[in-house]
Amino acid sequence: MNSPEPQVIRMYEARQEIYPREAKGRYASLRWLCVWLTQLAFYGLPWLTWNGRQAVLFDLTTRKFYLFGLVLWPQDFIYLAALLIIAAWLLFLVTAVAGRVWCGFACPQTVYTEIFLWIERKIEGPRSARMALAKQGPSLKKFSKRTAKHLAWGAVALWTGFTFVGYFTPIKVLGAATFTLAFGPWEWFWVLFYAFATYGNAGWLREQVCKYMCPYARFQSSMFDRDTLIVTYDARRGEPRGKVAKDTGKSVNGGSCIDCTMCVQVCPTGIDIRNGLQYECIGCAACVDACNSVMDKVDQPRGLIRYSTDRAMATGMSAQDIRRRAMRPRVLIYCAGLLIVIIAVASSLAMRTPLKMDVIRDRGSMGREVDGGAIENVYRLQIMNTAEQGHRYRITAQGLPGLALATADEVTLEGTETRAVPIRLRAPHGAGQTGSNKITVQLTAVDDPALTVSETAVFIVPR
Amino acid sequence: MSDFTNNFWNLYIVVLTTLGVLGCAVLLYSQSKYKVAKHNGPVGTTGHVWDEDLTELNTPMPRWWMWMFYLTIVFGIAYLFLYPGLGSYAGKLGWNSTKEYKAELAKADSEYGPLFEKYRQQDLKAVAADPQAHAIGERLFLTYCAQCHGSDARGNKGFPNLTDKDWLHGGAPETIKQTIMNGRHGVMPPMGAALGSDKDIENVAHYVLSLSGSAASDPIKSVFGKSKFGACMACHSAGGVGNQALGAPNLSDKTWLYGGSAETIMETIRKGRDNTMPAFGDFLGESKVHVLSAYVWSLSNETK
Repeated sequence: MNSPEPQVIRMYEARQEIYPREAKGRYASLRWLCVWLTQLAFYGLPWLTWNGRQAVLFDLTTRKFYLFGLVLWPQDFIYLAALLIIAAWLLFLVTAVAGRVWCGFACPQTVYTEIFLWIERKIEGPRSARMALAKQGPSLKKFSKRTAKHLAWGAVALWTGFTFVGYFTPIKVLGAATFTLAFGPWEWFWVLFYAFATYGNAGWLREQVCKYMCPYARFQSSMFDRDTLIVTYDARRGEPRGKVAKDTGKSVNGGSCIDCTMCVQVCPTGIDIRNGLQYECIGCAACVDACNSVMDKVDQPRGLIRYSTDRAMATGMSAQDIRRRAMRPRVLIYCAGLLIVIIAVASSLAMRTPLKMDVIRDRGSMGREVDGGAIENVYRLQIMNTAEQGHRYRITAQGLPGLALATADEVTLEGTETRAVPIRLRAPHGAGQTGSNKITVQLTAVDDPALTVSETAVFIVPR
Repeated sequence: MSDFTNNFWNLYIVVLTTLGVLGCAVLLYSQSKYKVAKHNGPVGTTGHVWDEDLTELNTPMPRWWMWMFYLTIVFGIAYLFLYPGLGSYAGKLGWNSTKEYKAELAKADSEYGPLFEKYRQQDLKAVAADPQAHAIGERLFLTYCAQCHGSDARGNKGFPNLTDKDWLHGGAPETIKQTIMNGRHGVMPPMGAALGSDKDIENVAHYVLSLSGSAASDPIKSVFGKSKFGACMACHSAGGVGNQALGAPNLSDKTWLYGGSAETIMETIRKGRDNTMPAFGDFLGESKVHVLSAYVWSLSNETK
């Protein structure tokens, strides 16, 4: 370690603005494909119609969550937990195999930054022009370019905010309300807040989100091992770097790296991948694309910077060996966990009965004696028809000899209706012991016997 | 209104909160001015070294993050100024949860009020025949009435059955509405002293049983009891047919609010009964009571 320099540093540092150069190549195309797929889904889904209603709608007021043919109720919250478990397993699996590919290709932060950068390039020009513009003093040209950029960003951001709220308020209703600006207070808040967050994150904060705010970026390092694919610089081939030699296409010092710094210029987080794996690296492979195109120009083989593993870099493994190492116990365990949860959720969804019932015994009375010494108990059936079709249901009760309903044994519920239905159950004199008796109340759709649910309850015979 | 019994606690919280906020600001300011000599190395260190080689790294925070810390302090001060939080200070906006509750109630009233108002202007029997009003009435009943009268409205001991034609105070729709609006207080005084001995009470009880033709009635005791029943007629009328103006039950039917055995009737005579139906007028408002009354009336009447 050298002796301390007299220079001082602070506990807080000013941000170094990054002007990423546009990368072109296989991975940039892949990223744009991800941008199109995710954003077509995000912006398009709320406009789809299913059975005369919005196909995907999270109706918070009535607490019903529509997903195409499926209607989920708050009681189905377990599926959200299952979805999160699946997402977590998937995250473990993908990270263990291929590092931060989610960050580099599909994360909304990356996707929106990509869109915002595209707008920035169209208006302010490429990296060099943007850097020059930033250095310039105030001028009409600078002002108009900046204004155009922020207006364009704002438009995308507002559209994004509008789409987001469109998942909670029917988007066509929301669209009609846009013309008269007749949003409710919460709709205003969320459209503007989501738009502001999009604008701020993708336009201003960019890599700062990944470096300082994102918890995922920090804990996924615990899922890395020596066989995880990472974007890496082949130092053994690249060094010693230096200026390009005209005749060989290699550096004058003999290594493959000609120190053109293209990999640094395209980096959205402003790091030099040649320094090895760094926590800032989001695995976007922009440097791979940049280096490959340079290698093509100087007539050297591609892959000086490439997806490889720590172990492969140290031992010089072939690509085939790297692929074979991907099938390691850790990955297989993640696959198995993922498969188990997915199968469990899928079968649970497939076997789900869109009918729920709670049987609530009236607490006010133990049981009353009616004509002929028969005993009556009163219950309230809280029935939830969670499907979208209405049904007529038959109520039956079992568990005591002669137990029968003394009230109407059929009830009709509209689609997605909840109703409390009071019923009286009557057991003949002498049926059941004094005190509590276990019984079962069953509800079955008249037109669909498979649609049935039964609940246990207690029938009390007073002394 | 202060929640504190002693003003000390008020000051205690005010001082602690203020010092806390100021302390954060001072700490933030002093740290943002703090400088360390820069040391070379793979990453910056603060220059602090312990145990020969244990060095303290310095990974500087971004400066915008520091400004966000200041922003939270500004937010905190603004919040404490506008909302309650600083001891018993009520806040400039005067917000409290009671007001919020009332505002939500007013909003719900303005939303559902017109519907109930529509029904309020209709005749009770017309409301009873309206299926939507019936559904609303059922929900109101299950929420507010079922605790005592049962989910099926058939009552419990001490709580009348609302599905039969037997009414303590009268079963006309308007009378039911009056009952729900203002409540009822039914009192049967203890008659033990007025009637005489236990033997007399037993005789009267058997006479009362005979009025409804009960097989449990002892004819001889009943005859003796009849001579004593005069004391009861002031309220229960001759023949025990009751008086709805007084809320005095009809004793000649088979409906018993507290039970129809001789023992229970004797207990009623000896100790009296005191029973209350609470008033719901202020709580629910007239228009909801209107819909509820129509529903209750429909339980014992054909609405078509």
